[in-house]
Amino acid sequence: MSVLFLALPTALLLAAAFVAAFLWAARDGQLDDLETPALRVLHEEGDVDPTAADRSVSPASEPRR
Amino acid sequence: MPSLERGEAASAPAFPPDVAASQPAALGALSVAAERSQGAPACLHCGLPCEAPEAAPPPAGGSEGPFCCHGCRVVYSMLHQHDLTAYYRYRDPRPAPPAATTGRGYAELDDPGFLSESSRALEGGHRSMDLLLEGVHCAACVWLVEKLPEVVPGVTRARLDYPRRRLTVDWRPDAVSPSTFGAALDRLGYPPHPHCAGKREELLAREERDLLLRMGVAGACAGNVMLFGLALYSGAFSGMAESHSSYFRGASALIALPAVLWSARPLYRKALAAVRARAPHLDIPVSLGIGLATLSGVVNVVRGRGDVYFDSVTALIFLLLGGRYLQLRQQRNAEERAGVARALTPKSARVVDDSGHVRVVAASSVAVGALVEVLPGDTFPVDGHLREGRSRVDAAWLTGEPEPVAVAPGDPVLAGTVNVSGRVRVQATRSGSQTRAAQLLEEVERAALRRAPIARLADRVAGWFLVAVVAGALLAFAVWLPAGLDRAVETAVSLLIVTCPCALGLATPLALSAALAQAARAGWLIKGGELVEALARPALIVFDKTGTLTSGRSRVVRWVGDPELKAAVVALERDATHPTGRALARDLTPQPHLEARDVQTRPGLGVQGLVGGQRVGVGSVAMLGEQAPGWARREAARIEAEGLSPVLVAVDGEVRALAAVGDALRPRAARTLQRLAAAGHRLAVLSGDRQAVVDHVVASLSGEGAEPLFVSALGGQSPEDKLAWVEAARGRGPVFMVGDGVNDAAALAAATVGIAVHGGAQASISAAGVFASREGIAPVFELLAGARAALRVIRLNFTFSLLYNAVAVALTLTGRISPLLAAVLMPISSLTVILHSYQRRMFDPAPPASELRS
Repeated sequence: MSVLFLALPTALLLAAAFVAAFLWAARDGQLDDLETPALRVLHEEGDVDPTAADRSVSPASEPRR
Repeated sequence: MPSLERGEAASAPAFPPDVAASQPAALGALSVAAERSQGAPACLHCGLPCEAPEAAPPPAGGSEGPFCCHGCRVVYSMLHQHDLTAYYRYRDPRPAPPAATTGRGYAELDDPGFLSESSRALEGGHRSMDLLLEGVHCAACVWLVEKLPEVVPGVTRARLDYPRRRLTVDWRPDAVSPSTFGAALDRLGYPPHPHCAGKREELLAREERDLLLRMGVAGACAGNVMLFGLALYSGAFSGMAESHSSYFRGASALIALPAVLWSARPLYRKALAAVRARAPHLDIPVSLGIGLATLSGVVNVVRGRGDVYFDSVTALIFLLLGGRYLQLRQQRNAEERAGVARALTPKSARVVDDSGHVRVVAASSVAVGALVEVLPGDTFPVDGHLREGRSRVDAAWLTGEPEPVAVAPGDPVLAGTVNVSGRVRVQATRSGSQTRAAQLLEEVERAALRRAPIARLADRVAGWFLVAVVAGALLAFAVWLPAGLDRAVETAVSLLIVTCPCALGLATPLALSAALAQAARAGWLIKGGELVEALARPALIVFDKTGTLTSGRSRVVRWVGDPELKAAVVALERDATHPTGRALARDLTPQPHLEARDVQTRPGLGVQGLVGGQRVGVGSVAMLGEQAPGWARREAARIEAEGLSPVLVAVDGEVRALAAVGDALRPRAARTLQRLAAAGHRLAVLSGDRQAVVDHVVASLSGEGAEPLFVSALGGQSPEDKLAWVEAARGRGPVFMVGDGVNDAAALAAATVGIAVHGGAQASISAAGVFASREGIAPVFELLAGARAALRVIRLNFTFSLLYNAVAVALTLTGRISPLLAAVLMPISSLTVILHSYQRRMFDPAPPASELRS
């Protein structure tokens, strides 16, 4: 008896588990907005004290253009 | 030298005011303006050059500037107050559009009826609601908006959905009221609008999620079947035990079943509907192919011989659903972003009872005859007659009349129009669904229902395709009949399977989803893919005048006479509240700063005072007419004939200059219209304004061209007239309607494609299929050019995929097709279509910053 006959159903079971996870995530609304999290992650280190920020990059002293 | 100036100025057409005001006669002044902006200082907030720096004194603790406008100043000081200057480090380095701050109070967000309707209760007594935000344009906006809890104590959470510009706010009702954070968002540069999900939006959202689920399952099936397919193909070359091969074939049939039976169901449903309606549809050959391939595959698995096509079938389902999902997502983004507050009339009204107390009640429940108080800046909640107070009423979006109209006791006012200047009391004659505005909205819905669907290119192609494929299958059967019945049936079936139009089915959705995404970046929100196809064809384009061809607000169109007097006029009008005075103060800057003393306003006439020791008067013909010499009277008459208001400037009792103030044509309107005409469109104007004004606008747009630019130009059109005109014209061919007001809304809904321009009334935005988030009509040409480019992409996609099908048919007829070959050919053709759709530039991306304010 080939090991395949056992390995295949196991692999498919694993695949089914991932499909179930996907279905749960999609129903939960986690895939409704795919763009904002990508933008949000850029800033989450964010809460820097602005008074400590380097003045040379503050717009008040260096008009951008 | 007044006479010289006058001669030049008279020949100039209505010109962009910022140019015309300072360069009265120079037709080439555009280049001058461009040069000047090079040297202008950059606005501290938005980075755009400040051509006329905002002059008001800074608020306490605010910066001196320079700022290009009041909105930018407010946002800048707000950010500094709340230690949020990190915004400037995070944001996109390109200059941003100027801040959109309105300064409104947002009291309507506190209305109990509104709150129970559009907010949800959370655990612990918190509440949550959705708001649509204007002005969100980059990643830093996400950061800033989500800092709302730090700016407004009591707000517990703020999450922004960037592609839809939708903010979900949670707050503690005991600590903060919605109007407080509404106003805070406004001061941050993101004016909020209540978001009431319409039925259509909910339906789209559900459909999108459903498609995503089906697509995911189909993808998982396709991937796993592919693994078996790979083993089977390599087994076919190098040999494979019979038991393994039938095991694999059986397993792949089993895995393909969820995709075929569940995921692909929307395809079958569309095909069935099309068959019932006897209309060609691409889903008919698709469903036929999927069904036949699955059936013959299952039969062959049971028989233990013959080809199976499960890998191709599942991949086909996955790709087709994916294409549709992408298109639907873009469509929904556009629809939601354009879905700015559907509420037109305010939901609350201030009713004055017999004892003189003011009660706030729902606008729809105001009884006929009740006395309603309306504050300056608010919208009238009911139709009625003015009882107390005087004011001016802005009814531009309802009537097409650009200037606010003065009202006195006894005059009628309409719900939805804006009370511009004074506190008034109105006796209600109609409220709720009986008001003129509500009835117009009903008309909009009815007009939308009567609109015929747009014929799609894909469906026409599908019709021919179906005929060709069936003919090909019969041919294959006939050619192979001599080799035996079995062989002939097998060949005919495999022909039907391998020609199953995967790439053809992807061609439209992919091109359209790419087009919709590009259009959204270029400032056009297109609510449906089929609209792109309609926009690509020549049509009759109907323009509204007020707010569409013209800017919809008072501007100084030209100046005649001594330019030195401008500074004195600015000094007198600096604190003006009348729109004409505000236009003078705004458009005549920059001027050397002068102080006016002893300023007296004469209501409805003008203003006078002492400037630099001279007595200066600025006012209408009625106020200063006797002091005008002959040339000034003639000039005033000419300005009136153009539909503008003459403003006379007298010094020590003699009129020495005139300004023409009015609703000027948008910059580049004439050029845009000429390009549209050159592209094969016919043009027409329908306006609610007087015929004389329309005639003048048409004349100045047409220039000296021999051919008339417009096939029709009608003034004095009521909303019903416009609707009837558009519906009649639609019988003769496609009609695009371009407009901005509620008076256009019904016509927008009735047109083949309705295009609402920026700044339009909410009703027109929801009635139109296309909504511009950029100002002006110059982008209309880009929109139509982009649609044409998109249609070219679709056509080329069709060509690619039909080419693939031709190759497949040839291989089948000569008996050389195999599942492996089909499995290779199909993804290649689909990939071509995918790459081609996403590589092509259809809509030009957002304009350079210098155009943002045009």
